[in-house]
Amino acid sequence: MKRLILMLLCCCPLALPAVQDIYQFDSVIDEQRFRELLVQLRCPKCQNQAISDSDAPIAQDMRQQVAEMIRAGRSDEEIVDYFVQRYGDFVSYHPPLTPQTMILWLAPLMAMGGGLLLVVFQIRRARRISRGEDIT
Amino acid sequence: MRKRLDHSNCPENPPESPLVAELGHFCLWLALALAVLQSILPVYGYVSDKPWLLAVARPAALLQWLFLSIGLLTLAWAFYSHDFTISYVAGHSNSQLPLGYRISAIWGGHEGSLLLWVWILSLWGLMVSLLRGKVPTDVHALVLAVMGMVGIGFLLFMLLTSNPFDRNLPWFPLDGADLNPLLQDPGLIIHPPMLYMGYVGFSVAFSFAIAGLIAGRLDPVWARWARPWTTVAWAFLSLGIALGSWWAYYELGWGGWWFWDPVENASLMPWLCGTALIHSLAVTEKRGLFRAWTVLLALMAFSLCLLGTFLVRSGILTSVHSFANDPARGAFVLTFLAIVVGGSLTLFALRAPVLRHRAGFEWLSRDSFLLGNNLLLLTATFVVLMGTLFPLIGEALDIKISVRSPYFNAFFVPLTLVLMLLLVPGMFSNWKRQDGRALLKRLLWLTPVSVVAGAALVAFSDGEMPFVGVLAVIMVVYVILAQLGDWMQKALAFRVGLLRGAGRLTRAYHGMLLGHIGLAVIVAGVTQVSFREVERDLRMVPGDVIEVAGYQFAFSAVVERAGPNFDAIRAIVPVTENGRDIVTLTPEKRTYRVSGQVMTEAALHSNFFRDLYVALGEPIDQAEQAWAVRIYYKPGIGWLWIGSLLLGIGGFLAASDRRYRSKSTEQADAIA
Amino acid sequence: MPSRNGWWMFLPLVAFIGLAVLLATQLGRNTEELPTALAGKPLPAMQLPSLMRAGSEVSNEFFLGHWTLLNVWATWCPTCYVEHPYLLQLADQGVRIVGLNYKDDAGKAREYLAKYGNPFVEVPADESGRYGIDLGVYGAPETFVINPEGQVVLRYVGELNDRSWQQRFAPVWRKEAE
Repeated sequence: MKRLILMLLCCCPLALPAVQDIYQFDSVIDEQRFRELLVQLRCPKCQNQAISDSDAPIAQDMRQQVAEMIRAGRSDEEIVDYFVQRYGDFVSYHPPLTPQTMILWLAPLMAMGGGLLLVVFQIRRARRISRGEDIT
Repeated sequence: MRKRLDHSNCPENPPESPLVAELGHFCLWLALALAVLQSILPVYGYVSDKPWLLAVARPAALLQWLFLSIGLLTLAWAFYSHDFTISYVAGHSNSQLPLGYRISAIWGGHEGSLLLWVWILSLWGLMVSLLRGKVPTDVHALVLAVMGMVGIGFLLFMLLTSNPFDRNLPWFPLDGADLNPLLQDPGLIIHPPMLYMGYVGFSVAFSFAIAGLIAGRLDPVWARWARPWTTVAWAFLSLGIALGSWWAYYELGWGGWWFWDPVENASLMPWLCGTALIHSLAVTEKRGLFRAWTVLLALMAFSLCLLGTFLVRSGILTSVHSFANDPARGAFVLTFLAIVVGGSLTLFALRAPVLRHRAGFEWLSRDSFLLGNNLLLLTATFVVLMGTLFPLIGEALDIKISVRSPYFNAFFVPLTLVLMLLLVPGMFSNWKRQDGRALLKRLLWLTPVSVVAGAALVAFSDGEMPFVGVLAVIMVVYVILAQLGDWMQKALAFRVGLLRGAGRLTRAYHGMLLGHIGLAVIVAGVTQVSFREVERDLRMVPGDVIEVAGYQFAFSAVVERAGPNFDAIRAIVPVTENGRDIVTLTPEKRTYRVSGQVMTEAALHSNFFRDLYVALGEPIDQAEQAWAVRIYYKPGIGWLWIGSLLLGIGGFLAASDRRYRSKSTEQADAIA
Repeated sequence: MPSRNGWWMFLPLVAFIGLAVLLATQLGRNTEELPTALAGKPLPAMQLPSLMRAGSEVSNEFFLGHWTLLNVWATWCPTCYVEHPYLLQLADQGVRIVGLNYKDDAGKAREYLAKYGNPFVEVPADESGRYGIDLGVYGAPETFVINPEGQVVLRYVGELNDRSWQQRFAPVWRKEAE
């Protein structure tokens, strides 16, 4: 860890103030991307925590890796893919849209659509009742 | 019973009242026997028309509560007196554990929290048996009988698989293994009781639904009986969830307040379904409509509570908070779940067609808007259910999938915004039929004012916000203004001045306004903290000063400190704002002596607008005393708790409305 | 008085039965173990310094032509001490074991092997933990089976002992894929 920090310090001669950010980035946008990626990646060691909020050593290493990849100019997808290749789909909290996960993304929409139909049906029936029409 | 009341009980002196635990255990069996009487006799009495058997229910409920109270007190005594011959005490306490946490340790593990669950169920049973109100004797006895059946299930679960009074004899440990340090926190003393009050409280709505189905009485009068109970349970659940979120926020040390963890989701599902239920109950009470639907929601809300219990206690899902993984317990709860939920849904399917009620309403009416409310809330419930259980479905398909914020947020943000959008015209509309022009007239001043005020709020506060954030702020303004406007209009309509007029408005109405404002305040808080928070991970050595969000944080010193059962490294961080002292924050890294576990104890300073949050990370360089320090600026986070408190107060206020208390229903109706 | 469309009312029950069946089938599953994403794939490119032979490096070629156990260990890992005697026993039986020293201090690791015995034919040192990430390691101990083609056959998380060997390793050890 100590060595990593030292390496980090050497890599970033731009950072002059006395207090150093542990993860340094060239731009606010990169910093933003970093925060978002940390929430999206799951710590494989812990019981269901993102690497953004885990003290586990593996989570620290993964944070470091994410930071380095961002500094190396890698895209968000590349970074997520890097971890997915090593740890499987499990490691991403954003499930990919594959035939198998289709139901996860579509089921709520279908449920809502079905519910909407039911509501419309119900209101139409109620209207006919209120107009005194016979519905049976 | 004991002569010595020595707190620091020497391990070589085992407790001198060895039979106390057996007394507690015996009380649980007595409670079970009473629960059996409470559930069988009234039903038999109802079927065979023997009124005297119905009368068994009330005293049985009372005695059940009494015996479970003795059981709970016995366990409390065991914790207080350090009776490590009891496995549960030995596993969750220690001679060094401070008194307050020894009491909360009662519900710090699976067995004890189950006892709390059952005790709270008996407490609700006691309340129902004491506060009969205008409920007819037979329906009332049936309600208690159903609660007794739920009690049987949980008492059997506890006695057969998870007895908190099991002994470690003859070889008991000299000292306890200590309570999980995460749970050694004031928030955890009150969070589980609150949460369980809500969870278990839905059993009352459930019991009313079953009793109504059996008795064939599911009319507006039935809704009036069930409604205050449901609202109170919902209010407790709101507070319980908020307390849990608050605890996670400051205790886990990462500043997160909602993780979409299965255990959190397990409490969110009944809350969402319960929110739909309290709205649907309003329609059933006022208009006699949606009877089958309301009953189904009441069954579902409690079924989701049971499902949550199953998810938390079976170890079927990976979660930070779940109890020990035990398939035997899981199998028991699942069987129980299948009997209770399967049985009640079968009863529903057989009896519900009888509930058809013919009453009409128009497209534009409060009735339709509340249907929309139910649709949105149930879709949200379904999203949580799907996201929580999908890892299991994936397991069956042989894929490992993780689901969290990216999925849930994708659905929750639009659902919440549409819910808020429809809330206002729904409130403004009349039952049955609303004149479109009149509604448009009321929205005509509100909409532009909200858009302008919301956009101005974003523009004049510092920092940018994405479009969805601006939209959320506009919705917040729109909902709050609508509540205030409606309140003023209704109060002024009495023509006795604003405050005296408001005095004539019902508590139920005020409760509704508070609930809606609470929702808006929570959304406002979430929007701020999501888009305006500042998070810095820093490397600091003593003497360093860093400015975050206009505050200067000085990392002045690192000292060591001994706590009652832990040793801590404490950072002293004075915070100033342009030379003005704000506070000195003291985040700690604690090592608990017994378990050796290391905990991050964050330090916070809260005011109405923001929290300052400092947590000590890992040491980076021993020689230099360099530490990783996390400094967060969290605007609006307090609004989450304030908003939740408003939900709770609103719920209690609405449930205490005079029409649920007064002798004459018609009289109350005339006022409402 | 069964209604004309009374079957609707059975939908909640049907949905619940589906849910209960799903829950029942998943009960008792081990939620902690993760399958490796590398199964059947070649061992990630390795270029690590050897702990025992200063100056030399360990690379993928070292794994070619033999069945090898790749054991991820460290002196900070309590379970590693527990499984160490069993590793020695396996090594005695002629099992070729490479010990990946994971995020450890080289001095402490050498002392450990001198004190408790060395079951490893080679000890690549992954001080930064970067190679661990490549392997999908999330803790120690973890043990991988590498076939003579240098492909990952199995990953096992946790203590290696006679029981886990019989259950998990024996079925694949020195068995060519069909």
